[in-house]
Amino acid sequence: MSLKLGVPSKGRLMEKTFDWFAKRGLTLSRTGSEREYAGAIEGVPGMELVLLSAGEIPRELAAGRIHLGVTGTDLVQEKLPLWEQQLQELQPLGFGHADLILAVPQFWIDVDTLGDLDAVAASFRRLHGHRLRIATKYHRLVREFLTEAGVADYQLVDSQGATEGTVKNETAEMVADITSTGETLRANHLKLLSDGLVLQSQATLWRSRTADYTPEERQTLKAMNTLILG
Amino acid sequence: MPDRSSTLALAARLRMTFEAAGAQVVDPPLLQPAGTLLDLYGEDIRARAYVTSDAVRGEQMLRPDFTLPVVQMHMREGAEPARYTYSGEVFRRQEQDPDRASEYLQVGYEVFERDDPAGADAEVFALIALQLRGLPLRAATGDIGILMAAVQGLDTTEVRKAALMRHIWRPRRFRALLDRYAGRSPVPEARLKLLSSEGVLTGSAPVLGKRSEAEVDARIDLLRADAAAPPLAENELLALEALMAVRETVPFALEQMRDIAVDLPAITPALDRLDTRVAALKARGIDIDSLDFEASYGRTSMEYYDGFVFGFYAAARPDLPPIASGGRYDALTRQLGQDGDIPAVGGVLRPDLMLMLEEGQS
Repeated sequence: MSLKLGVPSKGRLMEKTFDWFAKRGLTLSRTGSEREYAGAIEGVPGMELVLLSAGEIPRELAAGRIHLGVTGTDLVQEKLPLWEQQLQELQPLGFGHADLILAVPQFWIDVDTLGDLDAVAASFRRLHGHRLRIATKYHRLVREFLTEAGVADYQLVDSQGATEGTVKNETAEMVADITSTGETLRANHLKLLSDGLVLQSQATLWRSRTADYTPEERQTLKAMNTLILG
Repeated sequence: MPDRSSTLALAARLRMTFEAAGAQVVDPPLLQPAGTLLDLYGEDIRARAYVTSDAVRGEQMLRPDFTLPVVQMHMREGAEPARYTYSGEVFRRQEQDPDRASEYLQVGYEVFERDDPAGADAEVFALIALQLRGLPLRAATGDIGILMAAVQGLDTTEVRKAALMRHIWRPRRFRALLDRYAGRSPVPEARLKLLSSEGVLTGSAPVLGKRSEAEVDARIDLLRADAAAPPLAENELLALEALMAVRETVPFALEQMRDIAVDLPAITPALDRLDTRVAALKARGIDIDSLDFEASYGRTSMEYYDGFVFGFYAAARPDLPPIASGGRYDALTRQLGQDGDIPAVGGVLRPDLMLMLEEGQS
């Protein structure tokens, strides 16, 4: 059997992951045709590359179907409760930086903190007859963050894309989304809450604590660690 | 762990005792419409309850407790006064605590009665204590009503009181509000900037979304008014903090709170009610002198309790959830009742945990 490494199957995240490993003497490559999700690893014998959607990597790691995986902190913490028990963080990779933030319309000049947000949520509910809607795809992270902060009278509405547009379309009053530069937010007339940083995320190499490791796979893991972590 | 058939047998015995006390058996559905639960508890309930859905009925939740469906049923068709008992599964997600059961039996007793709240409180507590006799448990009691009376009695603006009332069940936010109203925590930079301005401030950034410009302007007016309001008086603040820290056996707790009432006279009627309840408990044979009272007890539980609250805990097993718990929830019936409300108090037992403790003893 071989040590399985799960890597995002397309886009910049895949390219940067390939680059990161290449710099450390491990060559990852896609094989076969452009559309075929098959890959190869050279540099450490006994490793196998598995190309997956970044969103599925946390689940595959937790299930122990792959030993190692590259994906964002945000996805791990959103998808896996008690993630520390299932995964070990081996190495942040220094790219794929993204902050999960809370943002409200710029013209809400009375709202700057979570305390303001909570007060506004209460009066919004009284006035409009429903809870203040926050559009997001990070339900668990946002809910836990707001519970911890003691914010009430809000409602999470699911938004899997174009989240910043939901306010203009009146399907939500504010958003909780990933941003790297804040440009999309500004373009959509939204602003950050000063204490509304839910999570700072970056691409990270994880090890599954639940997967089975044969003696050979342990040797391979050791060899890889020596190579990439020094 | 006790096996399921002995747990079911104990549950049946417990329910029969409640029936013998005059309760009518009810059996609400396992699937509950999610909307009512979400309105009541907010998004937090999603972390605790299992949500499922279909295309016709929309979101449904696997019954996280019996209280809500029993109250709804009573308000629809119940006669007054009424006593109900039930026995059945409830479901709770335990993602943060996988060792706890996510499906377990609850046996409960709920009393809807107007005339004698102290008597009803004592009745529920004493019946549950009776069902638990012989087990190595410690009872904790409290009274959210005293805390609410203290907040209502503060010499400050209605807006501040309403904000504090809303967060009685979220101690951290309550604390933060208190510190701000007392002038103890610094005013955030952005707020200072906002307050140093005058006149209408909106109009520069485009308006979008359902919250209107008028709402923003109205809140700025509120903030300006709030900034002009004097801070909470030191003696009131200290008294409120002393009240929240009261943790004693009932007679000593009452004595302490009577002292505190010198600075917070508004809690006196609530303390008189506690006196009446204590007398009713005594009359039912409860040993008041060794019963614990914590003024902040029940503030972190589900937020419908607004009066008497209690829980029974395994003395030697602090890792276990309460073996029994309950309290008064007058506000819940007010919130759900379209026309009128009815005072209510109730409690539930965990037969699985009772058996586990029994096995541990022998």
